[in-house]
Amino acid sequence: MTLEEIGSMFFKSVFSENLALAFFLGMCTFLAVSKTVKNAFMLGIAVIVVQGVTVPVNNVIYRNFLREGALSWTGISYLNNVDLSFLGLISFIGTIAAMVQILELFLDRYLPALYNTLGIFLPLITVNCAILGGSLFMQERDYTLAESVTYGFSSGVGWALAICCLAGVREKLRYSDIPEGLRGLGITFITVGLMAMAFMAFGGIDI
Amino acid sequence: MKFLRKKLDELHTHVKPGGKYEKFYAIYEMADTFLYTPDLVTRGQTHVRDGLDLKRMMIMVVVALGPCILMAMYNTGYQTNVAIQALVESGEISQATAGGWRGAIMDPIGYSPGNFVSCFLLGALYFLPIFIVTQIAGGACEVVFASIRKHEINEGFLVTGMLYPLTLPPTIPLWQVAIGIIFGVVVGKEIFGGTGKNFLNPALTARAFLYFAYPAQMSGDKVWVATPVDGYSAATSLGALADPEQHAGMAVITEQLGISWSQAFFGFIPGSMGETSTLACLLGAIILVATGIGSWRIMVSVLVGALGSAWLFNLGVTAETPNMFLMPPHWHLVVGGLAFGLVFMATDPVSATMTEKGKWIYGLVIGVTTTLVRVINPGYPEGIMLAILFGNVVAPLIDYCVIQLNIRRRRVRCGL
Repeated sequence: MTLEEIGSMFFKSVFSENLALAFFLGMCTFLAVSKTVKNAFMLGIAVIVVQGVTVPVNNVIYRNFLREGALSWTGISYLNNVDLSFLGLISFIGTIAAMVQILELFLDRYLPALYNTLGIFLPLITVNCAILGGSLFMQERDYTLAESVTYGFSSGVGWALAICCLAGVREKLRYSDIPEGLRGLGITFITVGLMAMAFMAFGGIDI
Repeated sequence: MKFLRKKLDELHTHVKPGGKYEKFYAIYEMADTFLYTPDLVTRGQTHVRDGLDLKRMMIMVVVALGPCILMAMYNTGYQTNVAIQALVESGEISQATAGGWRGAIMDPIGYSPGNFVSCFLLGALYFLPIFIVTQIAGGACEVVFASIRKHEINEGFLVTGMLYPLTLPPTIPLWQVAIGIIFGVVVGKEIFGGTGKNFLNPALTARAFLYFAYPAQMSGDKVWVATPVDGYSAATSLGALADPEQHAGMAVITEQLGISWSQAFFGFIPGSMGETSTLACLLGAIILVATGIGSWRIMVSVLVGALGSAWLFNLGVTAETPNMFLMPPHWHLVVGGLAFGLVFMATDPVSATMTEKGKWIYGLVIGVTTTLVRVINPGYPEGIMLAILFGNVVAPLIDYCVIQLNIRRRRVRCGL
């Protein structure tokens, strides 16, 4: 991958194809943990890390075990035409859960300060569909390893940016006088919709 | 006027809390404060230097919009007259007429593009229906919400209701005008609690809604000049230049469309009604900055961001780059809605950043995004509308960062 391609992919996954505001992935945590910018930022960091790790790992698994003909490296001719890509979804989820667990153990042992600040957010990410979505996009678009590293990192950055923006807006809206029935999740849904409209500025950009 | 005051005071006994028509207090209050100074005025100086209240602020914006509104009427009529002349010459219509009820009024005056009165009046006949529909539809939502939610009908809508028609093409169907402003007022503002509590600019929310809901009536080449025939084709400068089949560079605008820079600066070009004249926006900017209502920081930084990035794109020109890369910065300023947006929309004090440092960043974000969308997004020829909405979305985050950095700096200074 040239530097130009990396830049292009970064811009695309952060702005034009933002996981949260263009694909509406990871909505549950997106809506639930966006009350304060501080929490949103922590979650955003956690997503960037996990996304940056799981997409490349899933890429390796997909390329070497799952896709059609991937098992030919074993040398067993019987396996040459085996197509295990139907196992993609389940193995990606498994990988994500395992990676999060390993990351948690690692952080607890070597970086306890970071582990404590991330707290509940790290395990929460296991069930974040933006993470699974990232891996599935990787499979669908047939990324190489280098591409999947770039994509994993930058789509995480895009999601983190979106949740920080939403948290900023929600902190501002705390001073608003929202009708009774819309308070809480209702107005957040509408806010996200309006934000997505603004993010359409970048929709269709292909550099 | 004594009589009017007496009548209003008489009414007040009915609409005050506990009165018979308590529900209509908001409407009474609007009429009363519009005609007379309110009983409850700001005492002392809430803003440290000046007892500026919402009413005076909004009225000043309306005054600043004056040149744009006049220019909108004149240019709309002028463009139509030019088009009618061309249609008569090409034989598409047998005699010069605007058709319909407009024709009935305008036929005795004639349709000469050189006739100032004709241009102005004809333009007004296109602008005023859109303006009136905006005021009625948007005003009705405002009144309903104010009555039910018990807040005042304030002058915020006056500004929204002026900005919004100016951003529309003259050919837009009136029902779409109504739907747009209802969306803008209700979803963009009222469900957050009214003026000052929203996070997006309501006028732009309304326009963006129309833009995505009815692209056929809001973009393309056939909507910018109102004529008696349907679909009269007159491309905007940006639209023509963004056309992927054009390869002539800036000659597309200067030669094929025959638009010179000064023409674009004064505003005699097709486009949304209020956005064409950079000069009128400049006059508005002077009023806004002189009265301290519009932030000059935002205006300057949007300008720097937009023109600076346009200049950078100019540097990247190769043989294969699309036309838009070739547009020099001084052209970026005069075509499309950049001038209008940066003076009147980006400076909206509610949806912009609150901190002074944040205003610089906010402006740069808008400016750079505008050029970025114009130059590299094939989807939209113009980017200022979505760029400002994007700026509105990130504004609270910018404020948060500026404030946190300040807190951290002061903490360090105190050795905590």
